[in-house]
Amino acid sequence: MKPTKRRSEKGWVYAMPTAVFVLLFFVVPIIIVARMSVSDWGLFAGDQGWNAPENYQDVLDDRLLWPAVWFTLKYTVVTTVILLALALGLALLVQESTRWTGFLRTSFLIPSALGLASASLLFYALYSPQSSPLDFFGPVSFLGTPGKALWSTVALIVWRFAGFYMLLLLVGLQGISADVYEAARLDGANRWHTFRYVTLPLLKSSIALCTILCVTGSLLAFDQFYILTKGGPDNSTITIVQLVYNMAFQGQNNLGRAAALSILILVALLVLNALQFRGLRDKES
Amino acid sequence: MLRFVRMPQYVLTGALALLFLFPLLWASYASVSPQPGTAQTKGFGFANYETLANYQAGIGQYLLNSTLVSAMTVLFTLGVATFGGYAFAMFKFPGRNVLFLVTLAILMVPYATLLIPLYVLLNQLGLQNSLFGLALVLTMFQLPFAVFMMRISFEAIPKDLKESAEVDGCGSFRALTHILMPAVKPGLITVGLFAFLAAWNDFITPLVLISDSEKLPLPLAVANMRQQVMGIVDYGATEAGVVVLALPCIVLFLALQRHYVRGFMSGALKG
Repeated sequence: MKPTKRRSEKGWVYAMPTAVFVLLFFVVPIIIVARMSVSDWGLFAGDQGWNAPENYQDVLDDRLLWPAVWFTLKYTVVTTVILLALALGLALLVQESTRWTGFLRTSFLIPSALGLASASLLFYALYSPQSSPLDFFGPVSFLGTPGKALWSTVALIVWRFAGFYMLLLLVGLQGISADVYEAARLDGANRWHTFRYVTLPLLKSSIALCTILCVTGSLLAFDQFYILTKGGPDNSTITIVQLVYNMAFQGQNNLGRAAALSILILVALLVLNALQFRGLRDKES
Repeated sequence: MLRFVRMPQYVLTGALALLFLFPLLWASYASVSPQPGTAQTKGFGFANYETLANYQAGIGQYLLNSTLVSAMTVLFTLGVATFGGYAFAMFKFPGRNVLFLVTLAILMVPYATLLIPLYVLLNQLGLQNSLFGLALVLTMFQLPFAVFMMRISFEAIPKDLKESAEVDGCGSFRALTHILMPAVKPGLITVGLFAFLAAWNDFITPLVLISDSEKLPLPLAVANMRQQVMGIVDYGATEAGVVVLALPCIVLFLALQRHYVRGFMSGALKG
């Protein structure tokens, strides 16, 4: 055996690039953003000194804040429920490996190769009254009202991500050994019972992973709304991250205020994730 | 007999598959089909692609920008994550767990929260408006997934292979490059593919960090193009842009499908 000290030094040498990246582009920015949130910091003017708690006050007074929070939460719940239910259905559908299910898997997965921005651009054209192939029902408006804009965006996201979550759940499904199913069959369990009492409990950690990914991803939604609805109609589809972007780079040009909102989002997200992890751990024990 | 019973199932699942493929098939078809208000008004052809090719700096420039950023991101991600994963999987060193947890914590922090200080930081480093700086930031965003993936890939290597690498007496670097790297190939392919897809497709990062229109990556250029033709959206050119954006991703995705599914599975087996 080599002496432990040398091994520990070598470990650090290999870990060094990771450490440098994490420090320079993650830890330092977090410190800067905390500083910015308590400073009068304009996009062009730069740091004009301490002004706490003015930025936080301004954020909480912003008339778009609470509608954005509410809309983002609504969007997150709707997306997560529909997406995970569909992904689970698809995963069960393509569980066996035959040539046909192989084709199905690939078809469901292909949209996941597209970027969110490309997918949004695609649906932007698909939904437009001018070029839409979906107008055989007569003229339809997909983005005209707040409700339609929400559901049209959800449809885009479900199309783009269903295959990806299907793949994650499929990995979980394949981890369940055939013996368990065999035992359930011998016990005379029907298909529904097998699913409810065997598959679902054993799939819990995969479902939990998907839920956390989907909730976090939806809470931070930006591309799809920036491209598809631009926050409209009537600012009804502005998400929180869009609000950060608008505060920093559009109109207000106030980096300090945007930083304050970013810090609030970060704290909310950390609390939420802690709760989710805790809930999962409690269930497992 | 069995085949007959399963007929409706084939029809239903086939229809479902078609539903997923439809938007892509439609975009490819619409990009070459005649449509009023686009460059392609009569008959089928590639006029929309010509519009795209001549937009501002030209699609060549934007494709080049995207290719450069993606190549750099893949390279940096693979380099950093291979060494990092190797370190976390095979060595014990002080601060190991803290560093690993902090790396994973990147996932918990919203892009927007980091992009605002990064905009300021890159200015100070003289990397504002640079594709290199953009690639560095995109690499950082990839690290949690990449380092995690490489760590479990190295940990999943059979024990005797690890031991033979040590007994061989070659240094840890040679052991890594000659014996262990081939064993983690599915992990490397998965990490590389996801880094490429993320970098090629990222929208908000260049939106914040790149202001020079000559340096925009393709997704931003196509998104901007919609708004600029005298307020009238050229859907034909947009569709062509989507096809150009999607094509390399889909080709790579299909070509590497077997590998990354295996990469995922090896992770799953570790629990």
